[in-house]
Amino acid sequence: MRHLIPEFDRLKARLPPGHDATLLVPCLNRIQEDRGFIAEQDIAGLVEYLGVPRIQIDEVLSFYGMMRRKPIGRWHLECCRNVSCSMRGSERLLEQLAGRLGIKPGETTEDGRYTLSTVECLGSCGTAPVLMVNGIHHENLDPAAVDALLEGLD
Amino acid sequence: MDFEVTPTSHTLAAYRARGGYQALEKALRELKPAEVTQTVMDSGLQGRGGAAFPAGRKWQGINLDDGLPHYLIANADEGEPGTFKDRWVLENTPHTLLESMLLASYALGVRHSFIYIRGEYDHPWRRLAAAVEEAYAAGYFGASILGSGFSSDLFVFRGAGAYVCGEASSLLGSIEGTRAYPRNRPPRMTVRGLYQLPTIVNNVETLSNIAWIMRNGPQAFREIGTPKSPGTRLISISGHVVRPGVYEVELGYPWGKFVHEDCGGVAGGRAVKAVIPGGISSQILTGKAAGIMTANDPDGLLLAHEALAAIGSSMGSGGMILIAEGTCMVRLLQIMLRFYHHESCGQCTPCRDGMGWMHRVIDRIVNGQGRPEDIETLYQISRANDGTTICGLGDAAGYAATAILDNFRDEFEYFIEHKRSMHEGRLECL
Repeated sequence: MRHLIPEFDRLKARLPPGHDATLLVPCLNRIQEDRGFIAEQDIAGLVEYLGVPRIQIDEVLSFYGMMRRKPIGRWHLECCRNVSCSMRGSERLLEQLAGRLGIKPGETTEDGRYTLSTVECLGSCGTAPVLMVNGIHHENLDPAAVDALLEGLD
Repeated sequence: MDFEVTPTSHTLAAYRARGGYQALEKALRELKPAEVTQTVMDSGLQGRGGAAFPAGRKWQGINLDDGLPHYLIANADEGEPGTFKDRWVLENTPHTLLESMLLASYALGVRHSFIYIRGEYDHPWRRLAAAVEEAYAAGYFGASILGSGFSSDLFVFRGAGAYVCGEASSLLGSIEGTRAYPRNRPPRMTVRGLYQLPTIVNNVETLSNIAWIMRNGPQAFREIGTPKSPGTRLISISGHVVRPGVYEVELGYPWGKFVHEDCGGVAGGRAVKAVIPGGISSQILTGKAAGIMTANDPDGLLLAHEALAAIGSSMGSGGMILIAEGTCMVRLLQIMLRFYHHESCGQCTPCRDGMGWMHRVIDRIVNGQGRPEDIETLYQISRANDGTTICGLGDAAGYAATAILDNFRDEFEYFIEHKRSMHEGRLECL
């Protein structure tokens, strides 16, 4: 994470002084975006940089659903399973994905290319069903659109 | 929100062209901070996040003479299932929120404000972050804004996947770098909020009304809507509806007309079985109870906070879900209870244990292993949660469950007795 410290320093300009711990979640988000997960050395680096105790970082990491301590597949497919998406076909969408990739939600393909997850409401209820691929929403999906989407992933 | 969405309507230039930032310039030049709060008070604006609390009264909880730093937070952690209206503001007119936050910051003596946006909102965040940079470059944020001597900074804070952060006191913990546990009141957040200092947390849509109110005056705002619910609301409608999307509706608008004429009614021409008025934590109503069987249903309710409160429900977060005849309500409740179990933060015992228990009971029913006493068990857990936890998550799960059980008890009894759904477990509309 050390190469990100100049970026973190710049964030401080718009924050009230004396509250460095406020940067904990933003720093973790940025590190995960950079590395794909939070590694041991990232935690040690943040203990030093923010002056936050290690236990506090562990607690935060285990609380928020988007934080990861381990690497996942190159493509992270997150399928919404909440009310509006279920009413517009997300259960079939999830079956299609699981069938095509040969994995269950929560698993990664053996070649490390795909991780399949279920998530709760993503705010795409009016354009349901939605699949989030590496953080980007793909909406109004039907089986053909899902096939085309998977074909397009390298 | 009287503008047409175009590929550039979210930019600073487009916002200025429709009169944007004039209210801020005028306020900084001519008004005292307390006058801004008084204007919001006079407008009668109610919160748009779910509780419909008067915004001006919340603001009056801030003492401008206490010599302490004050904080303002826009709650953009829109996670209530069925709700996507704040996303519409962030994507299409982020400067409306920014100008409104500047007016609020001026009124409340705020030097540092935050927008807490959920981590899953990538595109809305990109639009918002770009708008913030535009506004900084134009001198609307930073030191001595427009030469007024008033300084204010804004930090866009991205969450990391926790529904409970939509609860105002819980997101304080997130910003402080800890787990996002809801906090007991009192003390109110206007007394001890972020960093234990006076703090106002308002929903995105609530705040976004401020610029319009300051530009047009509180009287003009009161001329829209009903006497008790002035203004408009953004309603995001989804489910078995022909034209889902975000609609701006004048409060007091006929609900049946909205559903059938504006939104095209139920997909496939089926009858309305039920409607969730404002996010799954608002109590479900049958189509008949809501009076939305047709566009001109003689029993039709008006879309206004007081009208829904009178029949024991609420406009909540504005996330309306239309449910067609033929939908399995047992499976629908299963999805909701799975969600609440997943999102319980685990701080309070009745919710931590109760959400898991309810989830296990409903799974058992759907798997054909339901017991006759399971319906009463769901009622009991709901009662045990009501009012016994710090935040409303567990209460909401109980309200959702009891409203569905009250209205559709026969489907649960049928499922338990026959070990299968009365409606083939259908969730999609035929």
